[in-house]
Amino acid sequence: MGMDFSTLRTLISRYCAGEENCVDTRTVYIGHKEPPPGAEAFIQQRFPDNRIISSKYTFWNFIPKNMFEQFRRVANFYFLIIFLVQLIIDTPTSPVTSGLPLFFVIIVTAIKQGYEDWLRHKADKAVNQCLVQVVQHGKLSRKHSRKLTVGDVVYVKEDESFPCDLILLSSSRDDGTCYVTTASLDGESSHKTYHAVQDTKAYKTEEEVNCIHATIDCEQPQPDLYKFRGNINIYMGNEPVSRSLASQNLLLRGATLKNTEYIYGVAIYTGMETKMALNYQSKSQKRSAVEKSMNAYLVVYLCILISKAVINTALKYVWQADPNRDEPWYNEKTESERQRHVLIRVFTDFLAFMVLFNYIIPVSMYVTVEMQKFLGSYFIMWDDEMFDKELGERAVVNTSDLNEELGQVEYVFTDKTGTLTENNMEFIECCVDGNVYVPHIICNGQVMPGAAGIDMIDTSPGPEAREREELFFRALCLCHTVQVKEEETVDGIKHGIHQGKSSSFYISSSPDEVALVEGMKRLGFTYLRLKEGQMEILNREDEIERFELLEVLTFDSVRRRMSVIVRSSTGELYLFCKGADSSIFPRVVSGKVEQIKARVERNAVEGLRTLCVAYRRLSPEQYEQVCHLLTRAKLEFQDQDKLVAEAYDLIERDLILLGATAVEDRLQEKAADTIESLHKAGMKVWVLTGDKMETAAATCYASKLFRRSTQILELTTKRTEEQSLHDVLFELSRTVLRHYGSMTRDASSGLSSEYIDYGLIIDGATLSAVMRPSQEDSNSGNYKEIFLEICRNCSAVLCCRMAPLQKAQIVKMIKSSKEHPITLAVGDGANDVSMILEAHVGIGIMGKEGRQAVRNSDYAIPKFKHLKKMLLVHGHYYYIRISELVQYFFYKNVCFIFPQFLYQFFCGFSQQPLYDTAYLTLYNISFTSLPILLYSLMEQHINIDILKKEPTLYRDIAKNSLLTWPIFIYWTVLGVYDAIVMFFGVYFLFNNTTFTSNGQMFGNWTFGTLVFTVLVFTVTFKLVLDTHYWTWINHFVIWGSLVFFVVFSLLWGGIIWPFLNYQRMYYVFMQMLSSGPAWLSIILLITASLLPDVVKKVFWRALWPTNTERIQAKRRCLASEPSTIFMLSQTSSRISF
Amino acid sequence: MVKEEQEESPNRPDNTAFTQQRLPAWQPILSASIVIPMFVLIGAAFIGVGVALFIASRDIQLQELDYTGDDSAHPCYKCRSSTEKCTCSMTFSIPNLFKGPVFFYYGLTNYFQNQRKYGASKDDNQLYGDLDYFKDPSSSCDPYTRDSRNIPIVPCGALANSMFNDTFSLSHVVNGTQKIVPLNGKGIAWWTDYNVKFRNPSVTPLINAFNGTKKPTNWPKPIYELDTTDVYNNGFINQDFLVWMRRAALPDFRKLYRRITHDDYVNGLPAGNYTLTIEYNYPVYSFNGRKKVVLSNVSWMGGKNDFLGIAYIVVGSMCVVMSIVMLIVYAKFKFAEDD
Repeated sequence: MGMDFSTLRTLISRYCAGEENCVDTRTVYIGHKEPPPGAEAFIQQRFPDNRIISSKYTFWNFIPKNMFEQFRRVANFYFLIIFLVQLIIDTPTSPVTSGLPLFFVIIVTAIKQGYEDWLRHKADKAVNQCLVQVVQHGKLSRKHSRKLTVGDVVYVKEDESFPCDLILLSSSRDDGTCYVTTASLDGESSHKTYHAVQDTKAYKTEEEVNCIHATIDCEQPQPDLYKFRGNINIYMGNEPVSRSLASQNLLLRGATLKNTEYIYGVAIYTGMETKMALNYQSKSQKRSAVEKSMNAYLVVYLCILISKAVINTALKYVWQADPNRDEPWYNEKTESERQRHVLIRVFTDFLAFMVLFNYIIPVSMYVTVEMQKFLGSYFIMWDDEMFDKELGERAVVNTSDLNEELGQVEYVFTDKTGTLTENNMEFIECCVDGNVYVPHIICNGQVMPGAAGIDMIDTSPGPEAREREELFFRALCLCHTVQVKEEETVDGIKHGIHQGKSSSFYISSSPDEVALVEGMKRLGFTYLRLKEGQMEILNREDEIERFELLEVLTFDSVRRRMSVIVRSSTGELYLFCKGADSSIFPRVVSGKVEQIKARVERNAVEGLRTLCVAYRRLSPEQYEQVCHLLTRAKLEFQDQDKLVAEAYDLIERDLILLGATAVEDRLQEKAADTIESLHKAGMKVWVLTGDKMETAAATCYASKLFRRSTQILELTTKRTEEQSLHDVLFELSRTVLRHYGSMTRDASSGLSSEYIDYGLIIDGATLSAVMRPSQEDSNSGNYKEIFLEICRNCSAVLCCRMAPLQKAQIVKMIKSSKEHPITLAVGDGANDVSMILEAHVGIGIMGKEGRQAVRNSDYAIPKFKHLKKMLLVHGHYYYIRISELVQYFFYKNVCFIFPQFLYQFFCGFSQQPLYDTAYLTLYNISFTSLPILLYSLMEQHINIDILKKEPTLYRDIAKNSLLTWPIFIYWTVLGVYDAIVMFFGVYFLFNNTTFTSNGQMFGNWTFGTLVFTVLVFTVTFKLVLDTHYWTWINHFVIWGSLVFFVVFSLLWGGIIWPFLNYQRMYYVFMQMLSSGPAWLSIILLITASLLPDVVKKVFWRALWPTNTERIQAKRRCLASEPSTIFMLSQTSSRISF
Repeated sequence: MVKEEQEESPNRPDNTAFTQQRLPAWQPILSASIVIPMFVLIGAAFIGVGVALFIASRDIQLQELDYTGDDSAHPCYKCRSSTEKCTCSMTFSIPNLFKGPVFFYYGLTNYFQNQRKYGASKDDNQLYGDLDYFKDPSSSCDPYTRDSRNIPIVPCGALANSMFNDTFSLSHVVNGTQKIVPLNGKGIAWWTDYNVKFRNPSVTPLINAFNGTKKPTNWPKPIYELDTTDVYNNGFINQDFLVWMRRAALPDFRKLYRRITHDDYVNGLPAGNYTLTIEYNYPVYSFNGRKKVVLSNVSWMGGKNDFLGIAYIVVGSMCVVMSIVMLIVYAKFKFAEDD
């Protein structure tokens, strides 16, 4: 009995353990073999198969699911409700009027989404059906990719991509490594090395692999491509061997095997659990400022709509108080109508009025806005000036929702390396113990063969120094993660090592490392390759030295250094460490610290990127200890990162400083010009970089972020060490505010000559001190406010020593400051992703640090200089276009519906529509939709070249200036005015008289049609007045849509339509046109409607011209000689009227 | 400069004027220099048109006779509340020749023919002569679809039921004797209504088509007896019926009753005294309506309507005034710049 209980207990505990582990780990049985009975067993988990499903819908759920998703949008839902109300109650307009547009919108969207999904299905099917080779019972057999399950052992050949996430068991190469490109995952085309599990790398045939008996414990799938932790337990003989697994053992689905004949791997994550699939998840939606204003306007219009309906309902019942009005003898009610409760009658009347006026919020606006954004974004992609020949890349639009936001940017946050600079590193010099070495034969980054020249700047060193010097060179040759590629067909970064006949390249994810290794080559030490764990170096005497690579303490941005532990051929153990000066100096115990520090600072001021190199000799015992620390840390699942970091911290200490290196990163082409333009356009440019202050500041001066006249304010640890943060902050804010105060008195519009601009430099540590919310000190709460106040008055800010997350924090802080400015973040590397995601607009640069920034960005451009055109031209245009689009849409619907509202006062509040059903339905869909859509795609109020030359024009549209409330009210008032003119114009024309020469009278439909005709022409001509750029397409569409209206009306009234149960429009339009006064009144009313807008435009242009209008006028005057525009800009300004 | 030969990247965007947003374009600007002359021109043209319209409107003669009879002195006062057939007559004089063709209108005020439910209360299929709808009229006609014995009404609906049924005759007093002025009932309805939109069922005699249907409750006689003298003015294509069925746009409206185009009156009504005899049937008292008869002639711009002429003159003058103001501002602005 007791035994039974104990087995039960263990079972339960195991089960529970399994359940618990289910949360964070999984166990994989390689080849589906159960572990030996003695080993600890877990309950088998269920894993999905290897089917990739990127499609959203299936054949069956497409209609319900798609409908559900579409009606989740507020606008669609609103129109659905209106439609249903029309179906249910007796309404003035047929359900078709709102049903048809809604149906059209829904169907078009559904077709588009269905088509996209069908493509996805097809792609999924192709992927899922493709054959993979699997080891089964010691033999290779073929399987559909989707049938792969966790635990299958997969065989992959060269140039094939991995069908799921695999743990590398063995490869064709003897050292158990394989090369992989992850181009389709993160865009890095460089080859990366992956390592097989030590204990299985010898199993190289399917029979051998089949006898591997092991289990893998690993974490549950997570989307981070670069993180993986696991453990493999191998049951060979008696003792199971446990080994840790890391991301270097994990081959990701989507990556491609290169340079390796074949590999065997075991599937651990399949199907939707692969890291690639997990990375499909879409980013959160960003909304533009224009969209927010649009929603605000919508609310206003909704209120107008409801109040119109309420007013009319109320008036209806006041008016109907007289029973002879409510029910005159000629229009009696039915019995059921009489008996209906008054509240129900009021409510249905209210709904009927809502339905009658609902067109004031048009369905088509959403469609038009979306089409404008989608189609408009093609102009960005098509832009030849944003095409980079070198990279062969053009601008990429990842989301078209933010086009207009590009015209609203107030803060630009830019990364430095790779964004402002080229990220094309060149080794400039190194300094060993204060002696400076400069490789002197530089030929476009390539070194002449056999060159070993060294310019010694200082006196020749003694023997001891020489030993140091060689150690330094060796350190740089060994302490890196550079690979040697022996082929020429690498698409990525090419760095030739012309050595005899075979040419090879250094490849690394960090261009600095390549530059250093190349620099060493020029100084006589050539890194040859890593072979079987041995690093080979060709030294100055052309001898090959071999070092056994024992450990690599990889680089990370928190530690900001990396180390290697090597054993020389003589058996000595070395730890070489290189990293940022700030992370090396505190760990140094000896060496010529002062001299090197001085040199590092000097180089940094010149804008060079510096690294310090140090070493430490390890005794075998110390090495044992190191190994122990590392293995222990790596075996741990939980907090592995923390433990590893601690272990690294313990290992990388007591270093001896060897020297420093300097690498130059040249500024990108036209970076300075771009920054200057952004400044002139009124944007504040912040540089956020991980680099050190001096280097970053130098780059900032070079890129004209700081000018000579700029007064630099420093908020750095150096200063806060002297004074308290509190004092520094207050002092700075006083400086800035004093100046600001005097400036407001001068009240200049911007760039006056006395304008002193401030530049602020802040470092990461101080920043986190400023941002830290602390309870103890009540004052510190306002640090952030004071800091923001300072920043607001600085035209340029440099934040150095920033961690990636801090970049995002800064963006967030500015975003949420009280003005809520629009921010833009631009960067090229993985460390910029957080700020790219955080900012209103994220822009990725197609740089050398992979594609992560590009993938996460909203827009991607090949070079930083393209930002200028992106913002000043495209952003400006899109903003102008969409703001007109939004205002115009509301305007034309006020014009449309307000006469209908007025008509209620003359038809006994009976909800009689003024216009025919066809006009109600098609007004927004076809009569007035294309001209504005085209306007919003083509309009150029100013030429592209002028926008580029005059960045200050960007200020004209800052702060959403075209969608402010006064302008919105102007448009609405104009709409109401036009509606009144149109309605009462026709009213007085109809007033008790005929206007035909045959004496016949016109009815109510003629009345409506006359108003409608004036309406369509007026709103189209309003757009004509606003169009500044008339291409043949504009002419075609504008005149074409008017012709279409006329032709449609003729057709609609010209035929007895058999499917209609009423023929009320029959010949109405033709009869109207047969009357001379109708023509005259159409001309009169159109003119009267447009008159005030024209007058307003002319007066505003004359009395309060904006910069834009000034430039337009100048351009007009000087149209014959466009090149002299800017020379004459002062003399011609008086003609701007 | 030698053009460098380089292979085009497949990724390179098309370099066309359209994709680069550099299509040739006309770039007009609404500046004063264009607008001022434009306004002057428009203003002049509008004032010209306005004056012409105003003169044309002024020349139109109009004779309006209110016969509601709410005033006890009015000859039609007796008919106002009478349920019997009632006739009354009014006399009026025309001082000089009323130029022809003269149009004879009746007018109603405060009558909401543009009520939504009222306007929808008809069956277009019936009116198109479709016999299926005679038996089963559309429910939009409620409560005028069937009579109390559930027999379908043709033509159904409030609109037809409330058809105006006052009749008028006009006589000219020549040498103390009444001379009837012939009234022409043709061509008062739209040609398309008469020929296309409304149709009698193709049954002869017409009366057979209406078996099993009732006349509208307010009508004294069924639709097939509206004009027994003329087959082409009877049934649904009776022109008075057609005129009534075209709903007026506003609550105060006029409808064409007859044209005076015959005999001695081709050139108009000569000066003299006339008597208008009204068969007073149509009740308007309950809703405070008024009834009137209007005699009018038309010009090229239709009936008498000063609005269009005045509006043209006003808008035209506005244009001129605006252009002057703009000119002043322009001048001032220019001087300011020169200083």
